[in-house]
Amino acid sequence: MKSYLRPYATRLVLIWLPALAGVGIGIVIPLVGREIIDGPVARGDAGALLPLSLLALALGVIEALLVLLRRWMLSEAVLGLETRIRDDLYEHLQRLPMSFHGAWQSGQLLSRATTDLSAIRRFLGFGALFLVLISVQIVTVTGLLLNMYWPLGLLVAVSALPVVVISLRFERRYIDVSRQVQDQQGDLATVVEESAIGIRTIKAFGRGRHVFGVFDEGARKVHRTSMEKVRLSAGFFTFLEVVPNVTLAVVLLLGALAVGSGLLTLGTLVAFTTLMLQLVWPISALGFILVMGQEAMTAADRVMEVLDTEPEIVGGSGVVERPRGHLRFEGVEFRFPDAAEPVLRDVWLEVRPGETVAVVGATGSGKTTLTSLVPRLHDVTAGRITIDGHDVRELSLPTLRSMVATAFEEPTLFSMSVRENLTLGRHDATEEEMRAAIEVAQAGFVHDLPWGLETRIGEQGMSLSGGQRQRLALARAVLTRPRILVLDDTLSALDVETEALVEEALRHVLRDATGIVVAHRASTVLLADRVALLLDGTITHVGPHHELMASVPEYRALLSADLDEEALR
Amino acid sequence: MSGTDTRNWRGVAAEDQEELSEQVSFLLRSRSRRLLGELLRPYRREIVLLVAVIVVCNAASLAIPFLIKVGIDEGIPPMASGRGPATLVSVVAAVLAAAAVQAATRQVFLRMAGRVGQDILLELRRRVFAHFQRLSLSFHDDYTSGRVVSRLTSDIEAISEMLQSGFDGLVTAVLTLTGTAVLLLVLDVKLGLVALLPLPVLLLFTRWFRRQSSITYRRTRETVALVIVHFVESMTGVRAVQAFRREPRNQEIFSRLNADYRDANVHAMRLIAIFMPGVKLIGNVTIAAVLLYGGWLALGGDVTVGVLAAFLLYLRQFYEPMQEISQFYNTFQSAGAALEKLSGVLEERPAVAEPHKPVTLEPPRGQIRFEAVEFSYLDGTPVLPEMDLTIPAGQSVALVGTTGAGKTTLAKLVARFYDPVAGRVLLDGVDLRDLGEESLRAAVVLVTQENFLFTGSVADNIRLGRPDATMAEVVEAARAVGAHDFVTALPEGYETQVGKHGGRLSAGQRQLVAFARAFLADPAVLILDEATSSLDVPGERLVQRAMRTVLADRTALIIAHRLSTVEIANRVLVMDAGRIVEDGPPDRLIEGAGRFAGLHRAWLDSISDMPNVPD
Ligand SMILES: Nc1ncnc2c1ncn2[C@@H]1O[C@H](COP(=O)(O)OP(=O)(O)OP(=O)(O)O)[C@@H](O)[C@H]1O
Ligand SMILES: Nc1ncnc2c1ncn2[C@@H]1O[C@H](COP(=O)(O)OP(=O)(O)OP(=O)(O)O)[C@@H](O)[C@H]1O
Ligand SMILES: [Mg+2]
Ligand SMILES: [Mg+2]
Repeated sequence: MKSYLRPYATRLVLIWLPALAGVGIGIVIPLVGREIIDGPVARGDAGALLPLSLLALALGVIEALLVLLRRWMLSEAVLGLETRIRDDLYEHLQRLPMSFHGAWQSGQLLSRATTDLSAIRRFLGFGALFLVLISVQIVTVTGLLLNMYWPLGLLVAVSALPVVVISLRFERRYIDVSRQVQDQQGDLATVVEESAIGIRTIKAFGRGRHVFGVFDEGARKVHRTSMEKVRLSAGFFTFLEVVPNVTLAVVLLLGALAVGSGLLTLGTLVAFTTLMLQLVWPISALGFILVMGQEAMTAADRVMEVLDTEPEIVGGSGVVERPRGHLRFEGVEFRFPDAAEPVLRDVWLEVRPGETVAVVGATGSGKTTLTSLVPRLHDVTAGRITIDGHDVRELSLPTLRSMVATAFEEPTLFSMSVRENLTLGRHDATEEEMRAAIEVAQAGFVHDLPWGLETRIGEQGMSLSGGQRQRLALARAVLTRPRILVLDDTLSALDVETEALVEEALRHVLRDATGIVVAHRASTVLLADRVALLLDGTITHVGPHHELMASVPEYRALLSADLDEEALR
Repeated sequence: MSGTDTRNWRGVAAEDQEELSEQVSFLLRSRSRRLLGELLRPYRREIVLLVAVIVVCNAASLAIPFLIKVGIDEGIPPMASGRGPATLVSVVAAVLAAAAVQAATRQVFLRMAGRVGQDILLELRRRVFAHFQRLSLSFHDDYTSGRVVSRLTSDIEAISEMLQSGFDGLVTAVLTLTGTAVLLLVLDVKLGLVALLPLPVLLLFTRWFRRQSSITYRRTRETVALVIVHFVESMTGVRAVQAFRREPRNQEIFSRLNADYRDANVHAMRLIAIFMPGVKLIGNVTIAAVLLYGGWLALGGDVTVGVLAAFLLYLRQFYEPMQEISQFYNTFQSAGAALEKLSGVLEERPAVAEPHKPVTLEPPRGQIRFEAVEFSYLDGTPVLPEMDLTIPAGQSVALVGTTGAGKTTLAKLVARFYDPVAGRVLLDGVDLRDLGEESLRAAVVLVTQENFLFTGSVADNIRLGRPDATMAEVVEAARAVGAHDFVTALPEGYETQVGKHGGRLSAGQRQLVAFARAFLADPAVLILDEATSSLDVPGERLVQRAMRTVLADRTALIIAHRLSTVEIANRVLVMDAGRIVEDGPPDRLIEGAGRFAGLHRAWLDSISDMPNVPD
């Protein structure tokens, strides 16, 4: 956080200058008024009236201008800061690996990028300056009081002691509660997001009430904790108002005694109490500003929590000049961060340039996991994966990921134009290339959409049919012209006829690329030259479909359609 | 990348419209004011009480300096002259009492105001959320989850800020303001009028500010919503973002949106940067004018010096609270823009509305009829041109056809995700539009093509099918669809957390969980939209065997591309371009020479060991 503040520090300090000057002028203007009353009016000197009035006018204009200047400068600086942190946060999040995103709820991330950053902005834009002004005011007034009559002044200074002690205690408890509220708001945002994305499922089961119950519980939690916050701060604020008032009463009492015993003149006591009254407001405002500051601090903590997470997957420096796409898995093991058992172990597999291998395995056997290791969406926990002899961890991420393209089992589309979805991996694709990719994926339907390629598709592509989504995702992968094309069960939502057409077109694409095809159906397996069977987390057999069909009963059980049903159990 | 390039990425959609006319903006304001009124109404008594409490509190706090002065003026001289401290002691006691009253009222005020504010927020959150849930899919299709989230987070926060931003300060300010104004006029009418002369200017200035800021704050609401939409979507699809090296372009778009949001905010802050000192300037100019005029009057002896001095004191007091008021006004404007957005959502009527007199089916049998049904998502592009169809209760129907033919659309009509454009869909002879939501959902369950798992455990997700199911029933449902084995293999079995959007499970496992969910719901009409597409063959087989027993006595609509599913159906419908082109029992269709026979042959080829590889 400090590193963010540094470039703005000088600017923020610069802003304090007009602020302080403004406060100074605010004090001077009444003095001019007194001057007029004591001077021209008292002396009956009409000639001096005008200049002094003009002086008051000029000062008044300058004060307004200083406020303008301060606010103008502040808005730039503070919003600039907020925007920069948000940009950086987003950038950082894009770099953090899948394991991070799997563990973090998006509502929590979002609340950091919005709510927390605006809490920080509010404090810096308003609270920090006020804190300084108020502190200056409190210290000066206390100093003046000490100077005026030190025993009473000391009393006032000592009365600050309980304020400090209580503030510190309050702070500790308040930080807890304010952090809790922020976390709960993040959870609530998560519930909202899920309920919006999952609205079809909710409606399909008529579970609106149930989901509302979940939201309600979260909202009530926020309400309860916020009330806790209200109670805490109400107590604290009240306390801050009581202290100066009680001190005043004591000062009056002791001051009277002092005056009685001749230690103090009445005039000094009057001046003393008048000056002391000026402490009441700043001390009570202190509470409000401390609260703001604490909220900003917990918010900053939450933001830094994300920014300080080091991306575990960072690219190397290697570049491959003319990639051929020779892919090798060498004794690969993979274990999810918090899992006891590895999902994949001792996986050996070689796919030569131009060759296509089908990966076949039961539901949940680790096929998707295996394919996600190649573009380093996850990193192997043992062994290594090489492309053209380079360990994928040595390659720079752009190099690696431009060599590999995956059509995921879930299409993963975005609510933007078809064109933008299509060119996700290659922003500079020409119309011609796009047409070819659309052709391969049999995604000609995009031309029939109301605005053609410019049509915005719904979130997650929801305004398309299941098969249309899948074909668009396929076209997207094909368009990048990867050296290694991974198809993760991407033909599952297509009807038999369309599937045949797509396969036919894919054969051409796969002829010049290295292919990995995850498949549950024999029809898709036939796209491949060889098949790798994934059993119990490792590849047990590799060979042509027919051979495996003939010699490996487990393989037959997975792919054969007319196996006797009862034999399965 | 050019500027336009980062602007067009979202693409075109039907609902885009910006820039509001004056009239619309007036409507918006009155609509949001109505909402505010509705929200505040239940708290009328509390609000009156709050004002009373804050008046007492202010009185007590103003009394203290006065009492101190009295103490010095009247308490000390008797002491000095040896007449005892009685007066002083009573004054000190009065100060302490006033402090106590102030503390007590303050405490009451802060807590009560805090509670009212939080209650209003809770109510608003609940209302908006419930309304989003009530709105139909046609609304959600365009709205996107990001905007839902932005309404329920950042808009609510803007309102929360207003509720917290020193309502007490406002009351105090208004009280001081009116009190001082009266005092000024009482002190000297002529000078008082001069002092109050700028008020009309102030009003005009405030109106200017209101106009400008309502536009700007509306912009901040809209820009922040776009920031949130983009943020949420990139985080949801981060796998594709990283795999396709989308980061730089996303960053570019995000920075652009973020900058738009900043600009809107800068604009808003600049408006305040002009407004606040503007108010100050008006005050200061008035002070100078009063000095001049008052000084001149005093010179002529028309006013006393004392009056002039008092005037200067009070004038400061008069224009100081203006700052407070304008600060509040500003948060009020910002909250107003948020309220506009929220009231807009609350104003939306669900396209698929709950009937006035809902009919209930006791018990549902499950006969489905389409009578001359037409349907289109967008006007002018019919997806189902005209559909007549009867599915008797208890029949299992397989629905096949090319992708994009309209199978899912048909299913969604049965589940009343949408209402037909013309014609009617009937369940047991009752138009779905007359059927109560509860009754419909209990009778018809649709397993969608894109199954969604919620944060929570596997058991929680299965239980979504029937929230009151026991653990034994949950396990039984999982067992029936063949999910039990993999679930028990998870580290914490049924209590394993499925992670964000079910990411802890594989695609097939997610599908099994969704299936178990439907199984548990046990409806009269079960619609399965490609519910087994991601399963391996043995898994699919297992599910089919389960279905055969389950479906024996209920209506089922099974959409599938793998024709193996068709085996369990007594009837097949072949769909093409929104029409049913073939209809009959599977055996007969297979023997015929129609499309289904062709499809079936192609499918047999595709699964047989020796396919005719096209070359
Ligand atoms: N984030 C995770 N943490 C722990 N385990 C996980 C995680 N993600 C997946 N798994 C487990 O890893 C195993 C492999 O999952 P994967 O998605 O690779 O299966 P798959 O072979 O692709 O299955 P499917 O055919 O259903 O797509 C599954 O048993 C799953 O439960
Ligand atoms: N929400 C929507 N808004 C606009 N158009 C839509 C929407 N949903 C579907 N469509 C369009 O309606 C047509 C029919 O879609 P539907 O989902 O019913 O097809 P389907 O037969 O289920 O196909 P698939 O086998 O690919 O799932 C498609 O052309 C699709 O693009
Ligand atoms: Mg998978
Ligand atoms: Mg469909």
